[in-house]
Amino acid sequence: MAELENIISTREITLHMGPQHPSTHGVLHLLLEMQGEMILKAEPDIGYLHRGTEKIAEGLLYHQFTPYTDRLDYMCAMSNNLAYVMAVEKAIGLEIPERAKYIRVIAAELSRIAGHLLAMGAWALDLGAMSILLYAMREREIVLDIFEQICGARMTLSYLRVGGVRYDFNKEIVESINELLEILPGRLDEYETVLIGNRVWIQRNEGVGVISAEDAINLSLSGPALRASGVKWDIRKDEPYLVYDRFDFDIPTGENGDCLDRFNMRFQEVKQSMRIIKQAVKDLPDGPFNVDIPEIVPPAKPNVYKNMENLIHHFKYVSAGFKVPKGEIYSAIEAPKGELGVYIVSDGTEKPYRLKLRVPTFVNLQTINHMSKGRYLADVIAIVSSLDPVFGECDK
Amino acid sequence: MTPVDKDAVLIDKVKAAFRDKIISTTVYRGEVTHLVCASALRSMCTFLKTDPELRMNFCADVVGVDYMNETPRFEVVYHLYSITRKHRIRLKVRVNEGETIPSVTSIWAGADWAEREVYDMFGIVFEGHPNMKRIYLAEDWEGFPLRKDYPLRGYKDRYNPYGVDREEKD
Repeated sequence: MAELENIISTREITLHMGPQHPSTHGVLHLLLEMQGEMILKAEPDIGYLHRGTEKIAEGLLYHQFTPYTDRLDYMCAMSNNLAYVMAVEKAIGLEIPERAKYIRVIAAELSRIAGHLLAMGAWALDLGAMSILLYAMREREIVLDIFEQICGARMTLSYLRVGGVRYDFNKEIVESINELLEILPGRLDEYETVLIGNRVWIQRNEGVGVISAEDAINLSLSGPALRASGVKWDIRKDEPYLVYDRFDFDIPTGENGDCLDRFNMRFQEVKQSMRIIKQAVKDLPDGPFNVDIPEIVPPAKPNVYKNMENLIHHFKYVSAGFKVPKGEIYSAIEAPKGELGVYIVSDGTEKPYRLKLRVPTFVNLQTINHMSKGRYLADVIAIVSSLDPVFGECDK
Repeated sequence: MTPVDKDAVLIDKVKAAFRDKIISTTVYRGEVTHLVCASALRSMCTFLKTDPELRMNFCADVVGVDYMNETPRFEVVYHLYSITRKHRIRLKVRVNEGETIPSVTSIWAGADWAEREVYDMFGIVFEGHPNMKRIYLAEDWEGFPLRKDYPLRGYKDRYNPYGVDREEKD
């Protein structure tokens, strides 16, 4: 008998999951301490993609840093652009035109749809439902086509700029957006049939990675993952920026705080984003899409070749940038993954003295240990997907 | 809550409770900042979290800033938010090179990684932190990159031919 016990007894092992692993969404390295298949402790080891973005920012003019923000959360670059330019505008004390605000709302919500679609698709792929990834990519493609129409780029957009946006919306863009709003609801119903009515999918997510509201707040979880635990907190509603207070939309909240709830939050949020876009497109006012301050917004390119003053303004903008008054500000937006905050310390020059990015993925990843403790190895995959980490953002 | 009520809670109430521990209070672009003594940090954070009118239950971020030519050299900045009361406050603590600062991880567990990041980038040690080690950089990394005296392109070694030559160590 004693011999038999020796054979079946298990010992604690440490398993390295990642950094090269197909379901870690990038370069996440998890150190899993396991007893058999059960997780005793999950310790994320991050930093494989660290590029020193904050140090780079200290050496750049304010307007030169916008493209770097695209490379943070590259799945929804508009939100990053928005967080950054809004922070700089707050530091300057700049009020942007109405039309630019509406365009920004549309851009940010489109990017939320793109981000959530990929999050849901990749999550389904990780749990073995590959067709959903292909469906989600098909719909994401429509959104990326709209981005291409708006600014010529698909992933690294740099569309927003301090003082407004880079290009105006035209009729064709509005038409494409309306087309998307017509197509998407039917496609979302397809997902619902394939996933939410799927027993395997539900069993792999329901009751997995449960976190209570109290623990989630204590661990600084934010975004859809926090709302899945029943905390009704969305910066768009509670500290409205741009023109979000003029739109009618709901904040979905979950009850159980498990992976299934976190999935549902994203699913519902796509629908709410569509509602916002619909209203914003309908109310889109006419007028300028940039502030009329030559130091902050350079003149339109064709004018630079014809007009001497415009050429001077363009040259001054590119070579010297603009000054930001001395002081420090923190500005946060509701990015698809949670609270995306930018803290700027300005010493009154053209470059930030210190720029800190409060990135949601980095903070949210802290909860992995809490969620996976006592669960099985296969659940860790669902838990990682439910946090939707993007490592360009996490590692900065 | 109207702005006046907000000021009454975020400024007057906090000031009344920690009169001699607050070095200065500023309001810039509608954001309230208290510069406090490091010795009072933990008791003040506990007060901010537990007081029914303040309820700062969400620690958004911990940030380090290097003011190289000033003494004390570093500033650690806490961004706090109240999910129930919907207001933000910023606490700042000045700390010199080589000094430690009390950790707030026992008050908000979410400050864990943020404090590790500050240590990683500035070398500020948080006393009482359960796992004080580097988070982004390799464990054997030399120097603290976000300090102002750390060169933008790093130090020269066999992986980084464009870096700056490191001064001889004494």
